[in-house]
Amino acid sequence: MTKLPDTEKLCQDLVRELKPRIGPKTAMVGLYTGGVWLAERLHKELRIEKPLGLMDIAFYRDDYAARGLKHDPKRTTIPFDVNGAELLLVDDVLYSGRTVRAAMNELFDYGRPASISLVVLADRGGRQLPICAQHVGAKVEVPEGMRLRLKRDDAGKLALALESDRAA
Amino acid sequence: MRLHIKNGRVIDPASGKDGAGDVFIVDGKISNEGGKADKVIDAKGLVVAPGLIDLSARLREPGLEYKATLASEMDAAVAGGVTSLACPPDTDPPLDEPGLVDMLRRRAKSLERARVYPVGALTVKLQGEALTEMGLLADAGCVAFSQANVPLADTQVLWRALQYAATFGFSVWLRVEDAWLAKNGVSHDGDVATRLGLPGIPAFAETIALATLLELVRATRARVHVCRLSSAGAVEMMRAAKKEGLPVSCDVGIHHVHLCDRDLGYFDPNCRLEPPLRSPRDRDALSQALADGAIDCVCSDHTPVDEDGKHLPFAEAEAGATGLELLLPLTLKWGATRKLSLAQTLSRITAEPARILGTSSGRLAAGAPGDLVLFDPQASFRVSAEALKSQGKNTPFIGYELQGKVRATIVAGNVVYEG
Amino acid sequence: MQRNPQLNENGELQHLLSIEGLPREILVQILDTAESFAGVTEREVKKVPLLRGKSVFNLFFEPSTRTRTTFEIAAKRLSADVINLNIAVSSATKGESLLDTVANLSAMHADIFVVRHASSGAPFLIARHVKPHEHVVNAGDGRHAHPTQGLLDLFTIRHYKKDFSKLTVAIVGDVLHSRVARSLIHGLTTLGAPEVRVIGPYTLMPAGVEALGVRVFHDMKAGLKDADVVVMLRLQNERMRGALLPSAQEFFKHYGLTSDKLALARKDAIVMHPGPMNRGVEIDSSVADGPHSVILPQVTFGIAVRMAVMSIVAGN
Repeated sequence: MTKLPDTEKLCQDLVRELKPRIGPKTAMVGLYTGGVWLAERLHKELRIEKPLGLMDIAFYRDDYAARGLKHDPKRTTIPFDVNGAELLLVDDVLYSGRTVRAAMNELFDYGRPASISLVVLADRGGRQLPICAQHVGAKVEVPEGMRLRLKRDDAGKLALALESDRAA
Repeated sequence: MRLHIKNGRVIDPASGKDGAGDVFIVDGKISNEGGKADKVIDAKGLVVAPGLIDLSARLREPGLEYKATLASEMDAAVAGGVTSLACPPDTDPPLDEPGLVDMLRRRAKSLERARVYPVGALTVKLQGEALTEMGLLADAGCVAFSQANVPLADTQVLWRALQYAATFGFSVWLRVEDAWLAKNGVSHDGDVATRLGLPGIPAFAETIALATLLELVRATRARVHVCRLSSAGAVEMMRAAKKEGLPVSCDVGIHHVHLCDRDLGYFDPNCRLEPPLRSPRDRDALSQALADGAIDCVCSDHTPVDEDGKHLPFAEAEAGATGLELLLPLTLKWGATRKLSLAQTLSRITAEPARILGTSSGRLAAGAPGDLVLFDPQASFRVSAEALKSQGKNTPFIGYELQGKVRATIVAGNVVYEG
Repeated sequence: MQRNPQLNENGELQHLLSIEGLPREILVQILDTAESFAGVTEREVKKVPLLRGKSVFNLFFEPSTRTRTTFEIAAKRLSADVINLNIAVSSATKGESLLDTVANLSAMHADIFVVRHASSGAPFLIARHVKPHEHVVNAGDGRHAHPTQGLLDLFTIRHYKKDFSKLTVAIVGDVLHSRVARSLIHGLTTLGAPEVRVIGPYTLMPAGVEALGVRVFHDMKAGLKDADVVVMLRLQNERMRGALLPSAQEFFKHYGLTSDKLALARKDAIVMHPGPMNRGVEIDSSVADGPHSVILPQVTFGIAVRMAVMSIVAGN
C-alpha cells in the first residue's frame, strides 16, 4: 500500500514556495473539481488581489468523440482580464497532461496571458504530452488500476486519496 | 370430383354445430352423401369451417398495381382462409362502369382463388354528384353500392341515391363521417391527438353523419349497411335503429376491435386508419357490440399500402392496414377475450357477412358452395412482413404473437392454399 | 412497450425529438450544460472546439429564419460546419421524398440533422431511419413539439425563478396549434411546477388538454391571478379571421397582455414570448418592452440551450 503524503502539509509547502512569486499581475485559475478546492485555499492564503478564476475544461477535452459530455459541466468563470496576466493554473493531480492542454486552450480563448505556471498538489508521472509543472507538492507513485483524487471533508480539510479506477 | 375431409372438428356457425365429423364436397358443393372420394384430406387436430367472408378487401386493381396486384392479394386472401371477399370501388378508375366490373370479375375468376364480389360506386367517379348506372352495374355483378372512404357531403345526393337504390332493392354500404368535421383530421380528437399535435376528427363526426343517414333510411326504406363503425356513440345509435326495425346492418374493422388511439405510440403510420382509432372506451364498446350482435360482423378492411405511402410523417401517410391474412387470428383473439365459443366467434366472419352479402356461402349446409378453411386454432406464429403474402406489409400487428394458422383453404372443392 | 426513440440503449439522449417522456435528469443535464455554455457566449471568443469536424445540417422543410439562425449560431460556436438547406424550395418541390433527402445528406457525412417540418412526427420518422452515429434534433414539427424552445423557456424560468416547485405558470393564447405550448407544458410538469395554466377561448384549446396536466381558463384575468410566469403564444395570421376567431382586435381585447391584466399576476412575474411577436394582438408594446419582459434574454439563452443539446446528443 502506497503511503500518501500529508495533504495539508503539502498545501503549506506550496504556499511557502509561491509566496515570493506573487505580484500585482498574478492571477489564479483552479480546475474543477479538486483544482478549485486547492486554488481556493492557495488564493486565500497567498492573498492574491485578482479574484479567483474557476474553470471546467469539459468543452475542450480531447476525448469528447469517445466519451461525449458525460457529466454536467460547471460554468467557467474568469473574473479578471487574462491579457497580460501572470497566471497560476492550479490542479490537484498531474497525470497525462491532457487536462492542462485543454485548460491552456480554453485560457487563450479569454485572452493572451503574459505567462502560465502550473501548480499541482501531486505529480503521479505518466505524461502523454510535453507538459510539466513548475510547482509540485509531491511526486506520488500510484499503483496500477488506481487513481489519485483530492477529497474535501465538511470542515474544508483536504486529503489525497487512492481509489479504484473502475469506480470513476 | 369428390372431396372428403375427415377427422376434423367441424364447426358450422350458421347452425351452431361444433363436433367431430366429416365434410364432403361433391362437384364444388357441400354434400351429405359419403361414398368413395377422389381425394381425402386428413384434418386431424384442425378446425373445419366455412371459408371466411370479408366485406372489405382492397385488391388495388385496376389502377393501383404499384401498391398491390390482384394476384398478390388473392394469394393473401386464401392464405388467410378468406374464400369470398367484397372489394370496395375505390380503384383507379373507380368501379363506376359495368365494363370495369366485368373485367375485374373475369380477372379474379381466372386466378382461381377466392370469390370476388365487387361493390360498385354509388356516384360517378365517387365524386358525390351524379348517380352511377346501378342497374347495369348490378347486372355486371355488383352486390352493393358504396362511396368507399370518399365522403358524400351533399345530403341531397345521398337522399336521391338512397331513393334510387330503394326502388330496385339495391344495398347501399356507407361509411359515416361528416366531411366538414373530418376535414384535415387524421386521428381521434382526444388527448392522444392533443399530445401528438395531430389534427383530430371528433367522434361526433361519425354520430352526426349516422343520424343523417338513419333519417334518410327512415324516409326511403333503403337497405343500408353501415361500414366501419368507430365510436361508442354510433354503436348505441345502431342498436336503437335495429330495435326500431330499420333495414340496417353494420360492421367494424378488425383493427378497431383491438386497437385504440394509445396504440399510435410514436406516430406509427401503420395506425393511421380510416376511420381513426378512437379511445379505449370506444374500442371496448365496439368489441362488446360485435359480441352482442349490435354490430353484425367484422371485416379486415384490407388496404395494402406500399412503403412510399407509409414512410411519411403520420398525417401524410396513406391510411389503411393490410389485413386479409390476419382476419382469422385477430378474430379468434377477439372471441377468446370475449369468452365466446368458436362457433359464435367464427359466425362474425362467415355466416353473418354472408347474410349481408346475400350469398349462400358461409355455411356447411348441403348445397352450399364448397368453400372451406381448415385451421389449427392452437398454432401460434409471430406476424412478420416477410411471411405476409400481401404486397402490403403495413400492419400495426408486426411482431405480435397470434394464434390460429390456416392449413388449407378450399374454394368450390378445390384446394387453393396449403400452409 | 416501445423504447423511447430519443434514448439509446444506455438511456442517454441520442436524438432530441420531444420533451415528453424525457427523464427529469436529462432535462436538468441539458439546463446545467446550457448554463456553462451561457458563460462561453459571454466571452470575447464565443467558440469552443467541441464539435470541430462535425457537420450540422439544418433541414428546414418549413421556412423559419429565426430558429434556423439560432441553430446555426449555436453550431458555429461549437466549431461545427453548418449547412443550411431550405427544403421548402428545393427537393420537396422536385418530388423527392423526405427519407430520400435525408439519405442523400447522410451520404455527405452528416452528424446532426436539425429538422423543422410542418407535419407532426416528421423528426421521429427521420430518427427511425438515420444511421447509428447520426443525431436528429427537432426544431419544430407541426403542432407537436418544439423541444429546444421548450428547454430555453425552462432555462429562462429557472434563471429568473431558480426553483420550479412553487411556480404558477400561465400560458396564454393559441394552445391548439402551439408546439411551443406542448413542449413547455411537458417540461414544466416533469420538473415539478405545481400549477400550469392554459388560457384561451374554447376554439383554441385542443381536446382533452387537461390530460397534459394543466388547468384550463377561459377568463384571462382569473388565469393570470398570482402567476409567476406568463407565456404569451404567437397567434398565426391565418388564425385571426375565420371560424376560430372573429378578429385580431377582438382577440386582443380578451386575451392580449396589457399592463392592466399583468398587474393581476405577481409583482415579480416574468413575461415570455417565443417570438416573433404580434404587438397589439397577443401583447401590448408597453408589456413587451416593459420591466417584466424577458423576451430578449430568451433569445440569448436559446443559443446556449441549443449548444447544450447538440453537444450532448453528438457525444452519445
